[in-house]
Formats: sequence, C-alpha cells, structure tokens
Amino acid sequence: MTWLVALPVVIPLVAAGLALALAKHSRVQGVISVVALTAVLIVAVALIFVTHTVGPQVVNVGGWAAPVGIAVVTDRLSALMLVVSAVVLLGVLLYSLAQGLADGPKGAPVAIYHPTYLVLAAGVAMAFTSGDLFNLYVGFEILLAASFVLLTLGGTGERIRAGAIYVVVSLLSSLLFLISIALLYGATGTLNLAQLADRIDALDPGLQTVLQIMLLMGFAIKAAIFPLSAWLPDSYPTAPAPVTAVFAGLLTKVGVYAIIRTQTLLFTDGTLDTVLMLAALLTMLVGIAGAVAQEDIKRLLSFTLVSHIGFMIFGISLASDVGLSAAIFYVAHHITVQTALFLVSGLIERRGGTTSLVRLGSLAKVAPALGVVFFVSAMNLAGIPPMSGFLGKAGLLQAGLADGTPLALVGVAVGLATSLLTLYAVVKAWNKAFWQEAPEPLPEASVPRGMFGPTAVLAAVGVVIALVAGPLYSYTDAAARDLRLQDPYISSVLVDDGRGEGQSADAQGGDS
Amino acid sequence: MGVEMSPSLALVLAVGVLVGSGVYLLLERSLSRVIIGITLISNGVNLLFLIAGGAAGGPPLVGTTEPDQMADPLPQAMVLTAIVINLGITAFVLAMAYRSWQLHGHDEVQDDLEDRRIARRAARHEEDSRADDVGTDLATEAAEARDETEEEHSLETAHHGPRLGADDHEAEQRDRGEST
Repeated sequence: MTWLVALPVVIPLVAAGLALALAKHSRVQGVISVVALTAVLIVAVALIFVTHTVGPQVVNVGGWAAPVGIAVVTDRLSALMLVVSAVVLLGVLLYSLAQGLADGPKGAPVAIYHPTYLVLAAGVAMAFTSGDLFNLYVGFEILLAASFVLLTLGGTGERIRAGAIYVVVSLLSSLLFLISIALLYGATGTLNLAQLADRIDALDPGLQTVLQIMLLMGFAIKAAIFPLSAWLPDSYPTAPAPVTAVFAGLLTKVGVYAIIRTQTLLFTDGTLDTVLMLAALLTMLVGIAGAVAQEDIKRLLSFTLVSHIGFMIFGISLASDVGLSAAIFYVAHHITVQTALFLVSGLIERRGGTTSLVRLGSLAKVAPALGVVFFVSAMNLAGIPPMSGFLGKAGLLQAGLADGTPLALVGVAVGLATSLLTLYAVVKAWNKAFWQEAPEPLPEASVPRGMFGPTAVLAAVGVVIALVAGPLYSYTDAAARDLRLQDPYISSVLVDDGRGEGQSADAQGGDS
Repeated sequence: MGVEMSPSLALVLAVGVLVGSGVYLLLERSLSRVIIGITLISNGVNLLFLIAGGAAGGPPLVGTTEPDQMADPLPQAMVLTAIVINLGITAFVLAMAYRSWQLHGHDEVQDDLEDRRIARRAARHEEDSRADDVGTDLATEAAEARDETEEEHSLETAHHGPRLGADDHEAEQRDRGEST
C-alpha cells in the first residue's frame, strides 16, 4: 500500500498541469480541481487507516532506500494532517466555485486560480509527507510560491501592499531554513530526518542549540509565533475570502507541523522548551490583545489565529505525551474552525457590504442561518463545552497541570485568560455584526446556497470533531507516543540493508 | 586516507560578504533592492552548501573516479534546486515591484495598517497634550468627546477604504473639522 503515500502530492500536481492547459475552460478547470481534491481526500483517509493499523508507510523514490535515496513518509501525524487539510481544501474550493457561479462570468476566479490552488495543495501535502529536510524546504517553497500568487490575485493596490510584506517575510524565513539546512548538512552529512535523529546526538551541545534556534526561527515565522507574528494580521485579511480561509487554516499549521517534527525527532533534549513555552504564552496574550482591539472582523479573526497558535506551541513545549497529543488534537480542531470562520466572514462581507464592525449590524434578522453558523464556530473557537475547542483546550490545560512546573501553571492560567478574551472578542463581533441595529440600511444582497453549504459543512466538521473526540484522542495519543518514541518512524525509514532495490548500471567501482 | 574537512577561508569570507550585504539590502524599503538582497543571501547560502559538501574532487560517476576522490554530489543537487527556486521567486517579486510602480509610482514596501494607525493615534495624542498645556475650555473638550451615535452622519460623506476602523473615522472627522 506504500504507493498511496506519494499520491497526495502527485494528484494535485498533475491536475494543476491539466488545469493550466485548459485555462480557457473555467468549468472544466473546476471539475478537475474538485475531482483531484476528492481523490486526495480518499487517499488520505485510506492512509490514516493503513498507518494506524500497519505503521508508518515509506516510499523510496526511485527504489533506493532512505540514506541513499529520498524517502516519502507518512506516519500517524502526517496522515491526520493530510486528512484535515484535504477536507479544508475541498470545502474552500467548493465555496470559491460557488462564488464564481454566483458572480457570473465577471466574478469567476481568474484562469490561474485553479492551477495555483492545486499547486498549493501539493505543496502542503509534500511538507506533511517529506522524510527529508531538503524536501520539506522544497514543499515549503512550492506552497509559498503558490500562496504569493493567490494573495496578490488581481494585483490591486491593497493586495500588492500586503503581498509585499508577506513575500519578504516568507522569503526571509525560507532563507533562515535554507541556511540551517546547509549547516546541518555540514555538521552531520545527511538531511534524512531519520538518519539525522541518529547522528545529531553526536554533535556538540552548543552546535545543536544553534541549529535548533535557526530551524525554530524559520518555522516560527511561518507559524506566526510572537515576536515573529506581526506579518500575519496585516497580510491575510486583504486576500479574497476563500484564499484567506485556506491560508489561515493551513499555512500556519504547516509551520506548527514542522516544529512538532523537528522537536520530537531531532532536538529531544529539551534545551529550548522553556523559551518555546514563554513564546507560546506571549503569542496567546499578544494575539488576543490585538484581537480585542480590532474593529474589522477579518483582522479580528487573524489576531485570534495568531493567539491560538500559542495553544499548540504550549502543548509542544510541554514535551510530554499528553501535551503533544493535545496539541495535535488542537491543530485538527483549529484548522477546521478557523477556516469556517473566515468563510463566514466572507459571507458577512457579501451580505453586509463591509467587514467593519462599526458599520455592520442587524445580520441576525436578515441572515439568521449565517448567524447560526458564525455563532457555533465562534463558540467553538472560544472553547465553550461541549465543543471540540473545549476538548482541545481542556486536554492542553490538563497536560499543563500534569507538568506542574511553575511556568506550565502560568501557561494554564494564560490559556484560560486567552479563552475568556477570545470569548469576549467573538461575542463583541457577534453583538456588533448580528445583534445591534445597523447604522445604515444594509445593501440588497443574498448569500448564495452554494457558498453557504461548504461553510456550514466545515463548521459542522468542527463540531463533529467533538463527537468523535474519544477515538480521535486515542489516535492522537498513539501519534504522540510514536513521535516521542521515535522508533516506529526511524526503523521504518532506515531499513537494514540500506540500499533498497535500486540498481545502477555499472556498480563495480561503487559501495565497497 | 584522511579526508580534508577544513573549509577554504576564501569561501567562508565570500559567504560572509554576500550574506552581510544581502541583509543590508533586505532592510531597504524598495522592493527591487530587497530582491537583490535576497539573491545575494541565497547565493551566499549556495556557497555555504558547497562548503558543507567538503573538499572538491572528481566527478562523482562510478567508474570514472575512485570513490575516495569523488566530490559530494548532494550539495550540488541542492544548490541547483535552490537556484531554480530563487529564479522563480525573483521573477515573481520583480513582477510585483513593477505592478507596485504602475499603481503608486514607486516600489516601496509600505507600512502596515496597524503601524499607521498607531502613528496616527500617537500624533493625535500629542496634539491633545499640547492642547492641555495651554488650557482648554469646556467647548473644545465637548467637541472632542464623541460617541458612536454622532459618527453616523459623517459616514455618509466619508470616503475611505473598507478596512478602516472607528479610529480612522475619528481621525478623518478631526481632519475635516480642522480644515473648515
């Protein structure tokens, strides 16, 4: 079944090529995208079963086994991330297709939208399945290049302004990542994650710390961890609503995924756990303080996004099975709920003509269904029991209490305060946009069913996660245990004979 | 045979100079300088990869070179990939700089909205404190104290982007008030 592993990358890339070739037929493009992403979703669900029952799946590219060739690996964590990202990508795609239909030929997404979106999907999948640091870098670059195009779609002044900041900051993080890859290669002679895990202990502890700091800096910019988070609330809200939604849901989580991977596989001695935890607490507080001060619903949501990244980093920095498990659960919950909220804010903009909370109002009267979806997702984000947000936060806080160090206890307090402030921020948005009387009459507009449907489904997925929380938590427990044990990953990547079945034409001079 | 692992000083210095001047250019406002800076840094990193690959050697082809004389091919492959990626990114950023020049007549990276808003608020605050110094009367204070209900009539005439919040309405009102 290992051939499944490469499909989440291959399918979207091939489909992107097809969609680009058929640029003149936007309907065909839409069909291609939907089919491709549905296929990715099916493959991802299959992978989750296979990895859960059999163990990590490895593809040796070109038949050469890991230290010689390149490995593409899916373990429990990767499989879960693939499933969640496929659900979100598919939902947002349907939303944007419906937006195109509703707006007629003028509002249809430009020809480049579908190919770029599929490339983004491939980049995300590649980052999740790469067993090699350099491939992780390439995956990052693929998704970044696609995200640059999507963010500046149409090239209006506002998007170019926001895009410039986003592009420069992203490139900086890529350069930091690339420099640390070069240093790691110079120090260990390998970039395969499994082999690095074996070799990195032999390095001088000081050098290890330097490498860890460099990698964390690169990933922290991508994941928007304070103090490297200022770019996010400025750049995301300017993009078209579906693009913002998929960025908010997925791109930062790719950074979080990379941090989980390196912290569990490479740097296990916990030198920087305290620093990471401090950064997590500050991220929560600064992010939510920003959200409380906002008057624009998209910017408000962007700040809550930053703030809730702090929860995941808090779970990672606890460096315990329960903490990591809760962090992974929280990632799954947060991807869906944040995407749903941004899609709702796109619908609010459509119905109310603006996203400014000062000028919105009376939406509960004119669009009650929209109100329900917003309310449910917002309460889910704030962590009201019995929704998945509550379960994720409860898991994290429990893990913090179990850790018991003073800083972890402070973290628990900060987490509680952040949840309360999130509740305050979203209730404020609810009151101003839905409850209060609109300062001036709303424009005559309607919410197309095709756009409302995917939004409602994603919001429902966020809630349904709570229903399957038991099995999901036992799954993330197993994933966290695997990650911290390291062994299932390493032993399935590095097989004993070390070469795989690759053949070279003339091997007399070789490996003796 | 012992492998020579200490890197050439010239290469290390070249990396330092390239990355250093790249960082300097990266801190500039103009996008075209930023992209030159990024190119310099990534060339510096490419050299770093070559250093990481160890001493130079023969072509790594089985049968042509003895295994212990071979150069490490992996860093070269990675450098090649990095160069290609950098080419694509450079093309994109240049297009973006050109678009920015079309729209604004310059290619500068602009302040983010939050910065602008804070700067505006600070400027306003300074005005207020100066007003306090000379002593204000009740009328000016009343004119400055507003609540949301009073903003409504001004909204109809105000021309601003969709992303401006309450602060910006206030500022705009104040600007108008001062000019009339």
